[in-house]
Order: sequence, then structure tokens, then C-alpha cells
Amino acid sequence: MQHSSLEERKQHYHDCMSQYKAKIVICGGTGCIANGAMDIFHRFEAVIAAKGLKATVALQKEQADYILSKSGCQGFCQMGPLVTLYPQGIFYVHVKADDVEEIVEKTLLQGELIPRLLIHDDETGEPLPDTAHIPFYAKQERTTLKLCGMIDAQDIDEYIAHDGYTMARKAVLDMTDQEVCQAITASGLRGRGGGGFPTGRKWDLTRVQVNDTKYVICNGDEGDPGAFMDRCVMEGNPHSVLEGMIIAAKAIGANCGYIYVRAEYPLAVERLKLAVKAAKEAGFLGEQIFGSTMNFDMIIMEGAGAFVCGEETALMASIEGRRGMPMPKPPFPAVKGLFGKPTVINNVETLATVPVAMQMGVENYAAKGTAKSSGTKTFALTGHVAHTGLIEVPFGTTLREIIVDIGGGVINDDGSNCGADFKAVQIGGPSGGCLTQEHLDMPLDYDNLLSVGAMIGSGGLVVMNQQTCLIQIARFFMQFTQNESCGKCVVCREGTRQMLGLLEDITEGRATKESLELLEELAHVVKIGSLCGLGKTAPNPVLSTMKYFRDEYNAHVFDKKCPTNQCQALSCYQVVAELCKSCGLCAKKCPVNAISGAKGVPYVIDQDVCIKCGVCMETCKFHAIVK
Amino acid sequence: MKKMYATIDGIQVPIEGEKNLLEVIRKANIELPTFCYHSDISVYGACRMCMVEIEGRGLQPSCSTAAADGMVVKTNTREIRNLRKMIVELMLAHHDQNCTTCPKSGECRLQEIAQQLGVSKVRFKQLADFAPFDDSSDAIVRDPSKCVLCGDCVRVCSEIQSVGVLDFARRGSASTVVACFDKPFGTVECVNCGQCVKVCPVGALTPKFQINEVWNALHDSKKTVVVQIAPAVRVAVGEYFGYKPGTATTGQIITALRMMGFDQVYDTSFAADLTVLQEGDEFLERYGKQQNLPQFTSCCPAWVKFAEQYYPDMLPNLSTCKSPQQMFGSVCKDQLTKMLNISREDLVVVSIMPCTAKKFEAKRPEFKEGNNPDVDFVLTTKELSLMVKEQGIDFEKLEPGSFDLPFGFKTGAGVIFGNSGGVSEAVLRYAASKLNHGKMIDVKELRGGESTRIAEIKIGEVTLRLAVVSGLANARKLIDKIRRGEEHFDLVEVMACCGGCINGGGQPTSSDHQHVSKRAKGLQDQDKMLQFHSAQENPYLQELMRDDLTAEKAHHLLHTLYQNRKRISLEDIMIRKPSAETKISMKICLGTSCFLRGAQTLYTQLNDYIHSQGLDDVTEVSASFCNERCQKGPVVIINGNVLEHCTFERAVAELKRIQ
Repeated sequence: MQHSSLEERKQHYHDCMSQYKAKIVICGGTGCIANGAMDIFHRFEAVIAAKGLKATVALQKEQADYILSKSGCQGFCQMGPLVTLYPQGIFYVHVKADDVEEIVEKTLLQGELIPRLLIHDDETGEPLPDTAHIPFYAKQERTTLKLCGMIDAQDIDEYIAHDGYTMARKAVLDMTDQEVCQAITASGLRGRGGGGFPTGRKWDLTRVQVNDTKYVICNGDEGDPGAFMDRCVMEGNPHSVLEGMIIAAKAIGANCGYIYVRAEYPLAVERLKLAVKAAKEAGFLGEQIFGSTMNFDMIIMEGAGAFVCGEETALMASIEGRRGMPMPKPPFPAVKGLFGKPTVINNVETLATVPVAMQMGVENYAAKGTAKSSGTKTFALTGHVAHTGLIEVPFGTTLREIIVDIGGGVINDDGSNCGADFKAVQIGGPSGGCLTQEHLDMPLDYDNLLSVGAMIGSGGLVVMNQQTCLIQIARFFMQFTQNESCGKCVVCREGTRQMLGLLEDITEGRATKESLELLEELAHVVKIGSLCGLGKTAPNPVLSTMKYFRDEYNAHVFDKKCPTNQCQALSCYQVVAELCKSCGLCAKKCPVNAISGAKGVPYVIDQDVCIKCGVCMETCKFHAIVK
Repeated sequence: MKKMYATIDGIQVPIEGEKNLLEVIRKANIELPTFCYHSDISVYGACRMCMVEIEGRGLQPSCSTAAADGMVVKTNTREIRNLRKMIVELMLAHHDQNCTTCPKSGECRLQEIAQQLGVSKVRFKQLADFAPFDDSSDAIVRDPSKCVLCGDCVRVCSEIQSVGVLDFARRGSASTVVACFDKPFGTVECVNCGQCVKVCPVGALTPKFQINEVWNALHDSKKTVVVQIAPAVRVAVGEYFGYKPGTATTGQIITALRMMGFDQVYDTSFAADLTVLQEGDEFLERYGKQQNLPQFTSCCPAWVKFAEQYYPDMLPNLSTCKSPQQMFGSVCKDQLTKMLNISREDLVVVSIMPCTAKKFEAKRPEFKEGNNPDVDFVLTTKELSLMVKEQGIDFEKLEPGSFDLPFGFKTGAGVIFGNSGGVSEAVLRYAASKLNHGKMIDVKELRGGESTRIAEIKIGEVTLRLAVVSGLANARKLIDKIRRGEEHFDLVEVMACCGGCINGGGQPTSSDHQHVSKRAKGLQDQDKMLQFHSAQENPYLQELMRDDLTAEKAHHLLHTLYQNRKRISLEDIMIRKPSAETKISMKICLGTSCFLRGAQTLYTQLNDYIHSQGLDDVTEVSASFCNERCQKGPVVIINGNVLEHCTFERAVAELKRIQ
């Protein structure tokens, strides 16, 4: 089948685009869609038409005045829905459908900015017109995410217009498998899913296996709570993932690829399926890709709701139709993987970075970041920071730069901004440890973090302010881990359950000195004894918080007090005598009749009866009851 | 070839092709504590007990690590000791710790390892959320409160028996082993072979005891209680009393049984001799007519249920002979009621078997007269040992006794039934005499340790091709070959348990890695010590057959029929009925898997096509449910031709072809 060449398609795209006066890009990532982005999209269509003008929707590229496009996640999820107007790059935030009329009238037709829809500088209050001026974006280095949020994920030609698939073509037609492996090794790319294993080396280990059948698997089962990096890549630039997989396939000699994407990402599944279809039609997937002798088929598999299936051997079991339980390694997937064949399994971000690194020159990619951790990393910045969303920074960036410069500073429970005064930052999700103020200026990379008992993990960053109870955090993550443990090995299955029980004892005032000792001992056993990464890293939040916040544990156990007052069972509700007006309302509302008093006498709460429900505090109009 | 060595706790040990480091460590005389490791099934790596410290590699599970030249291994560091103890504590914290009332007490690996490691307290909260106790099966009892989730039962049922009726469900600490679809164990496709019982290290899977029922019968003065002992039992029960595997303690068993109150003690081998004659005659008749060959043996009830479930079309090939247990029961009840002048209800027949499936077999509805079963109760070897101990009998010190006549007399042919290959050899010894070949005693080609053995035996001018297979996964492979025409046999012996009945689900578990071959030799030695080796030489059997067993009576007492137990046997839905003009018969599977692969669309398209071609009147269309080719769907069957992965184009091409 004759396909138009990449150059022809690129030219065609630019020819079409040159006819439009402006391009309106509405962020179509899951977050913004949930906030009504599609209503805004359709409203633009309607308003422009009502004005007697023509807007074409990206896929059609007909003769028109304007082109409306729906991109993937633009990263500033907190500020959505987001609308960007090109060519100026005007960045409107918190857009509502009712704003569209004004945007078309003022900005599109008259070139005027609408200040209330712009981001304002934190200090000066000045409206900032475009992302180059917004600190959240300006301090990032969006490399893997460069096209995410810019292009229409469902338009293969837009990807090609940005030189998409040129690296895949080069690898397939002009390079040997060994050259591809060497190039990726030279880039210094390490697995972005959390393992940090050198990608080029993994490919080479698989390349040298002799077998007619080999597989490339993309691990899109992003299961860490609070992590959405891979989701954004799959929704925003699925073709980059496919291109990375084609290059990987050439590197190892594979003829079939699987993308295992969690079913909880329906938008990602849909866009990946469309991308595969388009790539097949273009001759980039299927038989004799790019006109070569190489065949590469692609299958999309949806997960079934198990975090443990992000572990590579469990993932492969799941694809094979078996129960998703990990297997001991060796044998490693490179030697004996999917269906017993040599398999390379890489994270979404790793694969999406491959064509990017090749395009900019692998030495240039290696020059970014630090000596042993080259390139950039995406992070999902969430928690108590002013600006949350998806960011990308080079390795070596410090926590301070992320939290203050990009994130805009830590937010207290009362809304005040306290700069860099956070209690802890959880990095790496349920497998990760926490970082404290002492690590503010430590350059973040794989090895530095391991040396302090933490890990980059998949890139989830949760910032916690001083009002957070860290034992509750440890408990939250342990609950998650116990829910997701597959149950195969005794250590993780029973160990995480018992650890959860001990953490519950601590937060509910039942713990003793022995509980703490047992918890620490058990945590060490679970860490060394578990079969897979889920179990081995499950104790990290506990061990990490115990290392840095031992005092908080001691307070819970020995003083039966929660220093941040978050642990309900340890709180102590008391009446402030001076403020009490003896109205008796609290006593009436108390479900256990713990409050007593009389007219003229301040009411008193009997601590032995009190069940700490907090209703009295809510009821008191005079704020006379405190925790 | 350079010799390779590993150093285990300072002892140098040669590496000679062992599967893994754990087996190399055994050569240093260290038996690492394990729950989930079993050399016959796949490596699972779940219990984490076999972890060792490898210099330069840290803590590794030895069951899934290959031994390498120069490896330096420590098996008992402080870290490892702590790890193992804590694992046992964690297990005990989620386990019903009532050892005294558990049927596995004294034989339980969790007990043993807890003692071995010196676990003196469980510091964790006791969890008591268990799946329900399940005694719905006639043969096997499931107690999830004892389960340690080693997965051995799951793997043995799936890998060795290819039945796969047990698997894990749910996750985290709510994980549990369930029967398929979480249904009661007695209602699923379990064939009752008891291999799961055999590999279970704890009391989660045990045989269904009938000890109390037997005691009750023995205490009932109105009942005459007789017992038959299977051959495999006599070379294994001694293991419960300190004897080595393969030691025949027959004499002591007989004395013990008499002390317990059994009125007559008989030998199943007598009935085995009878089975040889019946099955041998049946075989020679089929062979002469070249009909219904190969003949499959039918004495293994697990194999029979397996055949009924998965190969119902091959049921005509199964021998119609009952098993020795059942032949014994029906002959015994027929003869003894007359001899002793008692009613069937007052005669209780107990059998002692190495097998759990025999419990299911005894309850099959076809093995009854009216409401009275031919065999009333079945005890496993284990249960026999428990009854002996319960009475306080000091087994070792007993004087030997001998079987009662006439049903206690047997030839060596009946005794070797307990070994894989024994039934075939016994039948051949008889066949040889019938074919006027003279005596045939040692058919060595049918013996040995491999689970599938094929032999061609010449008897006079006749060359018979036999296959002996044990383990149901092996049987399945062999049968599939036969059906594909890649193999052909005259006689096939199938035993569900690898090695034969001596390795049955009711036998003792042994730490001796050679216990199966030792028990096999024990039976072979027993055969050698007898005066008669061929079934037809049994004088008491000759008398019985001459005086009482007419052909018609023999047919009634000694033969049986089988039932189709295929799980999906719904009637097809007739869409267009056949008529005299029907030339084309089209069946489309609309089962779930085929449906998901587009069978519905295919069905509509094909119906439209038939209509557009004016073929309505000559085509019979029906929708079937599940041809059990789910992975190869959609499945369309046109005039008997099965089209897998069927597309519209393929079906049309086929329709055109047959027109």
C-alpha cells in the first residue's frame, strides 16, 4: 500500500493550518473535561457560527476562519478549564461556558485580553498573558510533555507536523538493532516507572536473546494514588508512546506490542485505540511498517483494577489471562517474559521520551539532568501547595525550586501561604518515603533519593503542611497497600494487614511501647521478605516517617496525644469556661450525655464518656468548645 | 567437564544439574523449612521460608534461584532466623490454632516448623475471618481456617491433574482458596483424586473421615461387619507406626482389624483377580472384533469421573467392569447373605483404601441394590491408622494374622493392582494363558518410574500395543494424541495418581523422596512371594465362578454403565427445523466467548445469506451453547465440519463447497 511520506503529510498539515486566522485550543485532559471542557468546546463552535464565521474542528481541516482543537492535559489542572489562543499563546484559566461569548467577541475578534480570565502574579497581582510569563510553566522544562497540551491527541498529522514518527522511521530503516540500543544507552534514559533501570541496557539484554517471537509491553497501569503523569501522556500524546514502542521493537527484534492501560482511564484507552488505528492506516504499525520488512502489531489491553498488575510479572500474567500475581525473578522478562518469550516492558513516560531524546540528539538529552540521572522527569505536584498540576523538570532540580518557584509555596489549612515551610513531602506514592525540610536543597535524582531512604518512584509528589498528622498518612498508604496486595506471599499479605492494625492502634490510642517495636521489626521483615516490589516498598512510608518524626509517634503512643489534632480518637474536647454562656445547647446535642452544667455555671465535658464526635463544637455558637 | 561446586554453610557441595539452589542445599544435609515448595509442581515462591543469604547477591529465595559455580551460601543468619520466625507468627495469627481438634495434628508442617524454629509466642492480633468450612464433597473436606495459602493444591490440581478446580480468589489478607465460582466443593468438577490432600502441608484439605460410622457398625451387635483391604494399603500404613515405606505389615493389620471387632477380614486383591478375568475376557472379545479399541481400564474412580466429564464420547471405550472395590462389595453381599443367612442391611462392607475417590465411588447410585449400597463405608489408610491408635493398639508388637477365606485368597496378579502398570500386567498374564501362549509372569516393559509408558508385547502371533499412564494431565495428553490419530493402542491403563494407587490421596505423606518407588517394590515383592501369579489360577475364584457366577449374574454384579457429565450439555436451540429436504445443517455457537467474538453478527449475516440464496427450505439452523473451543471462537459447524475462528467469508466458502 502506498502511503504518503512523513514529509508530504507534514507539508499538507502546514498548508492547511496556514489558512486560519487563529487556533483555539481547549484543554481536553480528564481533569478539564470533568470540569466542563466539552461544553466550552461546543459553545465556541456555536458562538463562532452565530457570528457568521466558520470554525473547523481539528480533524477536518477544511477552509475556515478559525480552527478549534482539543488537546491533552496542559498540566495546570487546578486552574482548569483552560483555553489557549494561538498564535499569541494567550492562556485563559477557570473558563466557563458563559465566558465564551466574551472571549470570541473581545479576544478573538478585537485582540483584547480579559484580565479576570488570566493568571495573576502572586506578588504584584499583574495579569500574565501567556505561559512564558507564568512561573508555574516558566520554571519547568517540558521535554517529554512538550506536545502534551499543545496538539490534538486524535490528530496524527499534527504529531507528524512536529516531526513525529521520523525517529521511528530512522530506527526501522536506517539503524541496526544494536545501534538503537546504543543510542538509548547514550541518552542515559532510566526507567521512569520507578525502577530507574537503564533503558538501553534493558533493551540490549532482550536484543541478544535468540527467539522468533519477542514482545514490547507498555506499562500504563499507573496505580499510585495521586499520580497522573502517564495518564496525561496517554491522553495528550499517545503517538509518542507508539513511536517509542516501535523504536523499542526495532531495538529488540519484536513483532508484537501490548499497551496495558488501566481501565480506570477510559479517555486514555479511547485515545490510544484511535492512535493505533491511525498509525495502522498510515503504515506505521502492522505489516511491513514504513515500507520495511519489519512487522509490528499492536494490541491494547485494559486492566481490571489491580494496583499489583503494575508489577511487570503480574502484568504479564494478567495479559495471559491468569490471576495477576507476581512471579519470582529470575527468570527476568528479558529472557522469559510474556507467554515465555523475551519481553521488554517499559513505563509510558520512558517510551514517550525515546523519540524525544532521539530527536534532540541523545547527547543533548544526556546533558540535561545530573551525571547518573540524565534528562527530565514529570511529577504530579499535589497536596498543600498553591499551584498543583503536572510538571516536568530536569533531574537535579531541588525541592525548593519545585515547591516554591513552581508550586508557589506551601498552603496552611487556614489558607495562608507559608513559603517553604512544609512538614514533609511524600515522594513516590505508597512505595515512597518522605522528605523533610532538611532535604529542601538536595538535587533530586534516582541515587540521591535512594541514599536518604526515599525514591523518585513514578513521580507522585504530595506536599504536606505542618497541620498534617504523618501517622495518618502512613496509615492511609498502608491501607492502600493492604487493599492492593495480591495475597500470594505471607509476608506482604499478612504483614501489611498487621502493620495496618498497629498503625490503627497508634492513631486510636491503643498502642504501647511493644506496638512501636513490633511495627518497626515487622516493617523490616516485610521489606526484605516480600516477593515483589509492592510488598518490598510497602513499609517505606512507615519506616520513613518513623525515621524523621519519631517524636510524633511517641506522642501518640506514650502521651496518647496527636500533636496536629488530626486523630479523632486522641482529641480532647473541652469547654472554655470564660466563653461559655451556659445555654445548654451542646448538652442537648451530645449523643452520649457527656456534658453537664447549669444556668450561670460553665458546662463541663466528662472525658470518660465523651466519644469525640465533635457535634458539641459544631453546635456552640460562641466558639466556647475547643479541641 | 569442569566440576561445579557451591559452598553451603561452609560445606562444599557439588552442583550436578539440580533444578535450584534448594535442592543443592539438601546435599549439604540441610532441609530448609518450606511450605510452598514441591518438587513435582511449578515453583511458586510465596512462603518466603527458603530465603538464604548469597554472598554478593543478598537475600534470595533458594527455590527459584539457580545454583552457580562458586556460590557461597549461608542458610541460617540472624536476619534469616528473624524472617522465618516472623513468617510463622504471621501465619499463626491468621490460622485456627486449635491443634488438638485438628485432623492433621501430628502430621502438620506448620506445627512442625513452628516447633523447629522455636516460635514460642505470636505477637500479632489474632484474625478470625475465614471462608466457610466445606464438607459438601463425599471424599474431601476443606477447612479454610487452616489454610496457609501455599497454593500447592491449586498447582497440583491444575498442572498434574489438568482439572484445575481450585484457585485463589479475592486479594490481600482476604485471599482464600476456593472451588470454582466459589461453589461448594462437592458440586464442582473435582474428580476426588485427593492429590490436593496429599500435598497440603496443613489441615486445610483432609479426607472425609468415616471412622465414627465404622465404629458404630462395629459396636452394633446386630451387624456383621466385614472388611476388604486394598493392596496399596499394606505397604504404606506401617509408615504411621515407624516402618519404612514399602514394608508390608499385612499380618499386623489383619490382627488389629480383628481386635477392633471386624467379623471377617478379606483382601481386595481377591476381587482384583476377578476384575482381571472379567476385563481380560472383555478385552479379548473387543480385540477379536476390533471394536471399541483401545480399551481403557475403569478401576480408578477419579479417572472414570474425569472421562465422564471431559471425554464422554470415549465412554464406550471404557471397560464396563466395576473396580475391585465394587466387585468385592457386590459379590460379598450376594454370597455372604446366603452363606451366613443374614439380610443385606445387616451386612456391613467396609473397605480400606489408599484413595479418597473410592469414597465417592462407593456412593455412586448405580452401586446399590434398592437402597443398600454394595460398599457401605470407605476408610483411607490414614483413617485405619487413627482407629488403631484410638484403641490403643501397639501395632508394632502385634502377632501377624491371616486373611479369612474364601475372599481373602488372591494371586500376585491381584496384588500388583496397586502399582501403575500393575493392572495391565495382570491382564496380560491372563490373556497370555487364553491365547495359549503359556505362562507370562514378568512383564518388565510395563514397570518403571516414568508416568507414561508405552510397550509392545508379543503373545504368540499377536502383538499387543499397550500404554500405561498415571497422572491425569498425562492421560489427557495421551488421549488427545489418540484422538488425533497420532497414536494407537489396544489397551490403555489410566491411574489418576502418579505411580498408581500407592501414591493415592489417602496414603501417608512421606519425607522419604523415594517413597513411591519403595512402595511399588514392596508390592512387587509380595507378588513374588505368592504361589500363584495369574488370576485364573485362583482356586477360590474358580470355585465361585463355577458354582455361582453365571454369565448373566456376572453381568449384573460385576459390570456397570457410565454417565455423560459434560458440564454444558444444553439442548441446541432449533431455529429452522430439519425436514426431509434438509441438505445443509448449520450450527452456530452463541456461547459467551463466541458471542464476544462476533458470533451474533455472524449469525445474522449467515441467515441473511441463506435467505438471499433461496436456501431456506434446505437448511437446518441451530444455535448451540459452547463447544468448549472458546479461545478459537466464533465456532460454526456446517454439516459436521467444525470451522474455528470462523469469518463470514469462510462460512460462505464452506457453504458453497458443499453445494
